Amino acid sequence: MIGIEHYLTVGAILFVLGVLGIFLNRKNVIVILMAVELILLSVNLNLVAFSAFMQDLVGQVFAMLVLTVAAAEAAIGLAILVIYFRTRGSIAVDDINRMKG
Amino acid sequence: MIQAIAFYFFATIVVAAAVMTIMAKNPVHSVLWLIMAFFNAAGLMVLVGAEFIAMLLVIVYVGAVAVLFLFVVMMLDIDFAAMRAGFSRNAPLGLVIAAILLAELLLAVGAYSAGGITLGTPDGTAAQAADTSNIAALGGLLYGKYILLFEIAGIILLVAMIGAIVLTFQPPKPGARARQDVGKQIRRRPEDATVMKNPEVGQGVEL
Repeated sequence: MIGIEHYLTVGAILFVLGVLGIFLNRKNVIVILMAVELILLSVNLNLVAFSAFMQDLVGQVFAMLVLTVAAAEAAIGLAILVIYFRTRGSIAVDDINRMKG
Repeated sequence: MIQAIAFYFFATIVVAAAVMTIMAKNPVHSVLWLIMAFFNAAGLMVLVGAEFIAMLLVIVYVGAVAVLFLFVVMMLDIDFAAMRAGFSRNAPLGLVIAAILLAELLLAVGAYSAGGITLGTPDGTAAQAADTSNIAALGGLLYGKYILLFEIAGIILLVAMIGAIVLTFQPPKPGARARQDVGKQIRRRPEDATVMKNPEVGQGVEL
């Protein structure tokens, strides 16, 4: 029988894959943004699973807000990427050191 | 039984697609695998009865975010082979961190399934009534108790939209192309633009 643990396990694996994607593709900002989307997807999966498990719809409302923020984050991140590429001609993360932070 | 088969089907594909997303050599393939992962995650959500979130996931992610990614990947002219140069160098550290995270998360799930901590019983104020659909119940909640959160979400999207436009907008360079001068267009009269000619037969017209 499928229980909450199964959903949490899938969510955990997705989260770990997202983090791993950030580490593996250190140079490619686009794939890093996609890995962030995977992490947010795992969060959503957990929220929905708990919402179903607790018989409480608030979790789904929360998942919707996470979805909103994820969409906004992707739009702004890609816009920054486009203007960065326009000025520098590269999106390699290693080259982003203008501010010397 | 059939739920278990469906769950394992969706779960296997979503995990495999996530692996391919972060491993694919070509970012376009990455985006396509991401779409696959989102579709199957939506399937997982349908299985527990969260139809509306699942539809939202397909519409928002596959319809908007993934296409946005695809646009940007194809717009940028980048040598992606050079970008993967550090892949094998970063792999050991990344794998170690991933293993630690996965072990911790599975530990938490295992401990939970062993007994679980009672965090109070759900008070049932937001429980879905048996005779309403998921969308109706969610809509009642979203437009009632959580109307403020809903409006804040709208403002976040508006700010993101304006921000993306402001960031990427390029004002036209002066003299780059013909500019429209509305005043000049309105001042123009028919007499300035047209002439009546009555040429002789066999003669041409000189303008």
